[in-house]
Amino acid sequence: MNATINSFMNQPDERGHFGQFGGRYVAETLMPLILDLEREYRAAQADPEFHAQLDDLLKHYVGRPSPLYYAERLTEELRKDAPAGKGAQIWFKRDELNHTGAHKINNCIGQILLAIRMGKTRIIAETGAGQHGVATATVCARFGLPCVIYMGAKDVERQQPNVFRMKLLGAEVIPVTSGANTLKDAMNEALRDWVANVHDTFYIIGTAAGPHPYPELVRDFQSVIGKEARAQMLSRINRLPDLLVAAIGGGSNAIGLFHPFLDDSDVAMLGIEAAGHGLDKEHAASLAGGRPGILHGNKTYLLQDEDGQIAEAHSISAGLDYPGIGPEHSWLKEIGRVRYDSVTDTEALEGFQLLCRTEGIIPALEPSHAIAAVAREAAKMDRDQIILANLCGRGDKDIFTVAEALGEKM
Amino acid sequence: MTRLSSAFTKAHPALVTFITAGDGDTAANLDALVAGGADVIELGMPFTDPMADGPAIQKANIRSLEAGTTTADIFAIATAFRARHPQVPLVLMGYANPMTIRGSEWFAAECVKAGVDGVICVDIPPEEDAELGPALRNAGVDLIRLATPTTDAARLPAVLDGSSGFLYYVSVAGITGLQQAAQASIEDAVARLKAATDIPVAVGFGVRTPEQAAAIAKVADGVVVGSAIVEIIAQHGRDAAGPVRDYVASLKTAITEARS
Repeated sequence: MNATINSFMNQPDERGHFGQFGGRYVAETLMPLILDLEREYRAAQADPEFHAQLDDLLKHYVGRPSPLYYAERLTEELRKDAPAGKGAQIWFKRDELNHTGAHKINNCIGQILLAIRMGKTRIIAETGAGQHGVATATVCARFGLPCVIYMGAKDVERQQPNVFRMKLLGAEVIPVTSGANTLKDAMNEALRDWVANVHDTFYIIGTAAGPHPYPELVRDFQSVIGKEARAQMLSRINRLPDLLVAAIGGGSNAIGLFHPFLDDSDVAMLGIEAAGHGLDKEHAASLAGGRPGILHGNKTYLLQDEDGQIAEAHSISAGLDYPGIGPEHSWLKEIGRVRYDSVTDTEALEGFQLLCRTEGIIPALEPSHAIAAVAREAAKMDRDQIILANLCGRGDKDIFTVAEALGEKM
Repeated sequence: MTRLSSAFTKAHPALVTFITAGDGDTAANLDALVAGGADVIELGMPFTDPMADGPAIQKANIRSLEAGTTTADIFAIATAFRARHPQVPLVLMGYANPMTIRGSEWFAAECVKAGVDGVICVDIPPEEDAELGPALRNAGVDLIRLATPTTDAARLPAVLDGSSGFLYYVSVAGITGLQQAAQASIEDAVARLKAATDIPVAVGFGVRTPEQAAAIAKVADGVVVGSAIVEIIAQHGRDAAGPVRDYVASLKTAITEARS
């Protein structure tokens, strides 16, 4: 299936391009290292020992496979307001139950094994919500490597619990005060560190973006989500879902869920960007409100002005607060295989509360965007249809943000 | 012989100086660079996300963008400079997105109209040359590539292929303006590069003092100084032209005497 000529699964090309997107737009200093990483990744892909070690860690350390869960009460709740006969069944892939509480760890385990193969002795990463920072700090503690996390000063402020977690895990957290003090600025600073420390440092990029081969390898490590979900669906109810839904900042959880289903032509897919205060105001929806450009090593949809200056993104969710998106999503949008839509801060907060009350699950603000979209879509679909959404993170880290947004004093 | 290549045929190595467009009184500062004796001028195009730059040039980018500098302003600055200084080579330096957002042909045509001799793009390596290189070469604008300490012998031919004007040797693996490489490593690298190409080799990153510039001038075809000038502009604001001229003149004297 994967090798067919018409497959959607055989991207990128050998130069790291997904159609016109992706590529390797980095400073010359980094280029040899990027090529090394690609060689090492190809070697690892062909090495049964690498896969055995990865699978072992995913099973016994991360806690995979994550459950596939039928959200019966949410389904029933949404049917109350749906037209007659409407109200699709809602299932969740429970990646919030992973060790560290989000999907980010899947990728970090894979990348730190690559770093060790390459003989690198120091790890750096950027983080927005702090989930990738926590996951990176976790694997660094597990493998005994020093770890530096770059985090926008504004995100340090709004994600204090995760900052403390990273410190407990032994990471050095460096608040970044350039630009808008958020994820894109943290990524700039991580790139500056990397270019000055190429000899011993491995950069664990947290999303399916950046220079080739990162978008490909992050996707591959996150595809465990979709591979498991596909097999679980088939074994539980002997059919595939009709619609997949996932939230998108850079897009790693979404591509991880979508990719193994791309050639299942009956499975529709919906990626949800953060519409922030609204698409006509401040938001983080690069596909809806941006156009192709070059940033952080790849060509992709970016929020930018007519001169190509990058705009500040806004989302209530620090993990979605980024003015770009992984290049494979830009390609999937352009060829029409995946539909992309957006959800505002307010709608995400409603989705957050809905899941808390109906299922006893406190989701992160990132998948709360997906939940809001699920509610919208379920009402349009028949009752025998199935929506599978990725619950990519748990909400413990967000309770202060949510309390503030709801006017609660804590 | 182009305007740019003739800068490297003088009796002394070329002094290549950088400032960020739209940071302070750019026209006055450009004139000060010329008055101080700069042989080639790099005009930085400000970008919101200057990933390869250290604090000095990052802040210059922010000052410029906060002052409202647009791409049209930068080409207007270049056009006016060309009218005032018909003989001084002018190179635009910056990041891929502002250079390619309207299409590379548009950018190359604007460079020609404004009298820009060459372009340095930080984040387009040879692997992505199609993004900008063909348009510049077709328009007769030099594409100046960067070589770094991580550019090994196997990779160097790819870097040189399609390069013209001069080769910019980034002497440290790092960002602009922070540390300087050891003189011995610069000498080795320049010897290696000059064995592989006939185009001039200019060395930059972390060059601050006339003494450092003179040491590099002993072996290289050019010396690039950026952050130190940008810091003078940060310090003096719109009255930076005098101090910039004096500083550049001190570099020029050191470079000229280095080989005499």
